[in-house]
Amino acid sequence: MRRSTSRVLRGLALLSTLALGATACGSSDDSSDTKAVSAGDIQSALKKGGSITVWAWEPTLKSVAADFEKKYPKVKINLVSERSGDKHYTALSNAISAGKGVPDVAQVEYFALGQYSLTKGLTDLAPYGAEKLASKFTPGPWNAVSEGDKVYGLPMDSGPMALFYNKKVFDKYKIAVPTTWDEYLDAARKLHKADPKAYIANDLGDAGFTTSMLWQAGSRPYKVDGTKVAINFDDAGAKKFETVWQKLIDEKLLAPVSGWTDDWYKGLGDGTIATLATGAWMPANFETGVPNAKGDWRAAAMPAWTKGDKASAENGGSSLALPALGKNKELSYAFVEYANAGDGVATRVSEGAFPATVAELQDTAFKNKEFPYFGGQKANEIFAESAANVADDWSYLPFQPYANSIFNDTVGKAYVSSTKLADGLKAWQEASVKYGEEQGFTIEK
Amino acid sequence: MTTLQPPAAAEPRQAPPPARRDRRSWAGWGFIGPFVAVFALVFLAPIGYSIYLSLFRDQLIGGNHFVGLDNYTQALKDDAFWAAVGRVALFLVVQVPIMLGIALLVALALDSGRLYGKSFFRITIFLPYAVPAVVATLMWGFMYGTKYGLVGDINSAFGVSLPDLLSPGWVLASIGNIVTWEFVGYNMLIFYSALRVIPTSLYEAAEIDGAGQWRIISSIKLPAIRGAVVIATIFSIIGSFQLFNEPSILRPLALNSITTDYTPNFYTYSLSFNGQQHNYSATVAIIMGVITMVVAYAVQLRGMRKGA
Repeated sequence: MRRSTSRVLRGLALLSTLALGATACGSSDDSSDTKAVSAGDIQSALKKGGSITVWAWEPTLKSVAADFEKKYPKVKINLVSERSGDKHYTALSNAISAGKGVPDVAQVEYFALGQYSLTKGLTDLAPYGAEKLASKFTPGPWNAVSEGDKVYGLPMDSGPMALFYNKKVFDKYKIAVPTTWDEYLDAARKLHKADPKAYIANDLGDAGFTTSMLWQAGSRPYKVDGTKVAINFDDAGAKKFETVWQKLIDEKLLAPVSGWTDDWYKGLGDGTIATLATGAWMPANFETGVPNAKGDWRAAAMPAWTKGDKASAENGGSSLALPALGKNKELSYAFVEYANAGDGVATRVSEGAFPATVAELQDTAFKNKEFPYFGGQKANEIFAESAANVADDWSYLPFQPYANSIFNDTVGKAYVSSTKLADGLKAWQEASVKYGEEQGFTIEK
Repeated sequence: MTTLQPPAAAEPRQAPPPARRDRRSWAGWGFIGPFVAVFALVFLAPIGYSIYLSLFRDQLIGGNHFVGLDNYTQALKDDAFWAAVGRVALFLVVQVPIMLGIALLVALALDSGRLYGKSFFRITIFLPYAVPAVVATLMWGFMYGTKYGLVGDINSAFGVSLPDLLSPGWVLASIGNIVTWEFVGYNMLIFYSALRVIPTSLYEAAEIDGAGQWRIISSIKLPAIRGAVVIATIFSIIGSFQLFNEPSILRPLALNSITTDYTPNFYTYSLSFNGQQHNYSATVAIIMGVITMVVAYAVQLRGMRKGA
């Protein structure tokens, strides 16, 4: 009995521990066709009809897909919108490496485009006529989707940053809305002193937010030239950000709450999180996520790093791209163009999306739209101005999704221990360099 | 037991005559065949495939190529991996004795027959094991919260400032607490059932010899359940080395305290799903499997030798 137990146990120990092996599939190289596709080809594809699968969580696409199907009755669009963020990219990467179940159209955020375009996972849209659309889009998003003469997606929305602030709280404590980050720091101190439960903002370390802040501060940590990559957080812009943010962390002026959590919505609603610097796509989320604070919030231009400087940055925003292994390319492209540069844009804007197209951004009706949530403020004026002031020379890493996934392992330390933000960024840089080297990139030091 | 005339169909337990051995062994294969097939498919094949994977490296730039044992040398020099191993080893030497100690204590108390409402205690102590790990971890996570959780409520109600149980210094202990809560009942049940099969005549004899309860415990009960203790220990060792659920579910609440390489299993998961490093992930999993096997085997050898 005892001996057989021991044998079973030995077996169990062996098996249960060895069965960890992750399975993977070899990636298959796919040659993307480069021959030009004429408008006629696309028209005939639309007439012929067919069905395409779209993986996108952007809520406004639902109406766009319905309109598109109405306009081209023979086309059927399967919109798969359950997954977003990391789960979406994991599923997409897995489908691409398995070579099966790849969607015809996928939503890809700007920061993640590089990873897919570099590994030839996406179709170059230039032959379909996408490069002629360049002037339709604002420079920031267009720069994000294009690389030389190649176009890897059409910008769907953009996220020029703005500072949303709880006016009720600012009025209550007679604090002026900060126009520079130094003033922001003062406001944070004043607010927290007046009400120890209130914080100027929440932050527990968020890669997307930090990179956008660095972008605005003029830091350009990533230099990407094909497979040659340089990563360096040691520049003047990063210094500016580190100095102010380190003080906010050290003086415990930031609410220890992560974005998109229940606590976060609660804090935005009850005035304990008084500002939020984020992309212009936020208003729709305010309305659905924080309905009880209607009328309390306002939008303002981002505080400047030096007084009078208008530089802004993008936070978030996505494109629609055509995975190389997708089918029905002409049809898929027709849908993407319709949604992001055609009639679909108006539909999406009316449902609260923030466009990446110049025409809509400069439209007077768009600019004059009053947001009841913001007490009737014409917030789009602020967003449009921010969009115009986005520096377009920023680039993300070709493996930004991975880098972001280890942000809290490295920079996150600065929020919960004595590690300094600058050291956290340095650790992030080293970890990113290590990964880049392992993945075969040439890292310039 | 004596059998005067063996029945025509040979009894399986009797030694077969040598001449029939061949045919018999084939029949044996027939019986274990289905098992072997499933075993090969769901165990040996994945392990083999993992080993195969671990000999390659699939890069974003440069594609897939054979690298021999490079992944292994890399893993053996990987600080993140060894830090994770160290973490679960620390967890193992602290949490497992505490958990098994409590479980043993409870089992002995239940077995002593001096407890009122024995079945009530038995079921309530076992109940946490029936709670899914996800639910248990979330529940504890919310209690640990210093802002809106129980800890936060205690802090504001009594004006004290309890340590943040989700901070880097505390979170391993907090995970240990969750795991202990979950598995004390399970281990208690193993010990308790082992205690129940001890013949009561031994206790009677001990009492006649004038042995007290402590003497009965140390001289009869503990030696008798040694096997069960070794089993529970080995299960706990494997469980500790495979720690994954609790840290990964707790992570959203302790984003900066629980890194993506917090435990070896979590590390393999992150390598695979965040970094698309399936090959290296397989390597780490294999090394970890070997480590677990060696430790579990060593403990088992030691435990059984004493018992023999």
